[in-house]
Amino acid sequence: MYSDKVMDHFKNPRNVGEIENADGIGEVGNPVCGDIMKIFLKIDNNVITDAKFKTFGCGAAIASSSMATELVRGKTLEEAWEVSNKAVAEALEGLPPIKMHCSVLAEEGIHKAINDYRVKKGLEPWIEKNPHSHEQDDMTCQH
Amino acid sequence: MEEKRTIYMDHSATTYTRKEVLEAMIPYFTEHFGNPSSIYGIARDSKNAIDAARVQTAEALGADPDEIYFTSGGSESDNWAIKGIAMANRKRGNHIITTQIEHHAVLHTCQFLEKEGFEVTYLPVDQYGLVNPVDLEKAITDKTILISIMYANNEIGTIEPIAELGAIARKHKVYFHTDAVQAIGNLPIDVKSQNIDMLSISAHKFYGPKGTGALYIRKGVRIENLIHGGGQERRRRAGTENIAGIVGLGKAIEMATVDIPGHNAKIRSMRDRLIKGVLEKIPNARLNGHPEKRLPGNFNVSFEFIEGESMLLWLDDEGICASTGSACTSGSLEPSHVLLATGLPVEISHGSLRLSLGDANTDEDVDFVLEVLPKVVKKLRDMSPLYQKSGKEGGCNVQ
Repeated sequence: MYSDKVMDHFKNPRNVGEIENADGIGEVGNPVCGDIMKIFLKIDNNVITDAKFKTFGCGAAIASSSMATELVRGKTLEEAWEVSNKAVAEALEGLPPIKMHCSVLAEEGIHKAINDYRVKKGLEPWIEKNPHSHEQDDMTCQH
Repeated sequence: MEEKRTIYMDHSATTYTRKEVLEAMIPYFTEHFGNPSSIYGIARDSKNAIDAARVQTAEALGADPDEIYFTSGGSESDNWAIKGIAMANRKRGNHIITTQIEHHAVLHTCQFLEKEGFEVTYLPVDQYGLVNPVDLEKAITDKTILISIMYANNEIGTIEPIAELGAIARKHKVYFHTDAVQAIGNLPIDVKSQNIDMLSISAHKFYGPKGTGALYIRKGVRIENLIHGGGQERRRRAGTENIAGIVGLGKAIEMATVDIPGHNAKIRSMRDRLIKGVLEKIPNARLNGHPEKRLPGNFNVSFEFIEGESMLLWLDDEGICASTGSACTSGSLEPSHVLLATGLPVEISHGSLRLSLGDANTDEDVDFVLEVLPKVVKKLRDMSPLYQKSGKEGGCNVQ
């Protein structure tokens, strides 16, 4: 049911762990829904120099976390903000429709970590352009 | 390269077809393929084979042969029993009693009937998954036409007090159906002494072929047909008989019930060693279902802080076939309705694993699972933010 790329990132997840004194931390999801992602970012001069994650969830959730941290490493915060859930899913060579919410969670985790950093710096948090929870076909758990 | 071993521990999902069963079936594809409704010689062979399978099935259940009706499997049998009673008895009443832990073939059928104006009571269960006979008796009204309670649960293995529940149904003159799909070959069944009016079985759960099942219907039960058409199965179930499948079911049920205690002893001892080993080796694990009143091959366990699908993927990577009650494999977003009905918190239900042992298993399989499973759980816990939060890292600092 999963692509080879998903299985690769599930079995050999990149960037698992925590960053001590991370500049931005974003935790999304809910144990009741079966998935929680916690994203840690190290930020120097507006560039993400390190990204790590801890995830409780299914194979797609773990692979999405792994891919999302890979995609935002080395990017400016503006570039990283633009990494969409679709980009995560495409980089994984697709996710089953019922698992698309895992990529949504990864995007939200990155956004939350970036805004955590911005707020700590005394900056305005950026606003989500397309809040996913309002999408009609969204499979996000409503708990 | 060494061939990768497969360890099949999902016997509650399905079983392989026994060699003797397959051999009994084969001539009915190629030689004795005649339509049993025809009158020539090879058709008589087919008809005789079906009659023989009917006797084998009846003997295994303590029923009369003419109370056995062959179907396409457990789901059809459940649908027939429930819809058939509802349709034939709606003038008497519109109330059905079942439980919260039934198979979806029962639950979704009842939900369908609710849309058609029937009222359904879904009895709760205790923390072990047991139905309380007192609850059943209280739920019966003068409108109750059917009680449907499973013999043993497919997920957590809990065995319900069927004879006691059947006696209550009989006392109140309400039809009693039981989905015994998981029970055949594991538990002795006697429909007469257990007051069972209808009973569903499915061949592929006891080393028979898929696509074949049966419904026992006690003589005198007023039930409408589900499949309309020709006059097969004494005008109760239309459709040309799946002769080879029926022959396979007959052979399989005969073999499965010839020595139930002997068959169970080996499987139960392997299963008990597996339970003990897993609970000893893995902290924050809990056994789901009843400690004693459970199917001999069933082990259902929840591991805190991890999710079931990721566990299954790792086990599959090691060649171990298992199931989970997590939402993530079911196509819905809710975890197992059975685990939730036992009061297990939703987040812990996501981390459940079912290993169901059977004839395919050996002591080496148990050793292998006991070696692999703790590593898989640890690997997933090490990357779980919940594990860290709970402060149960086991004394190691997180890197």
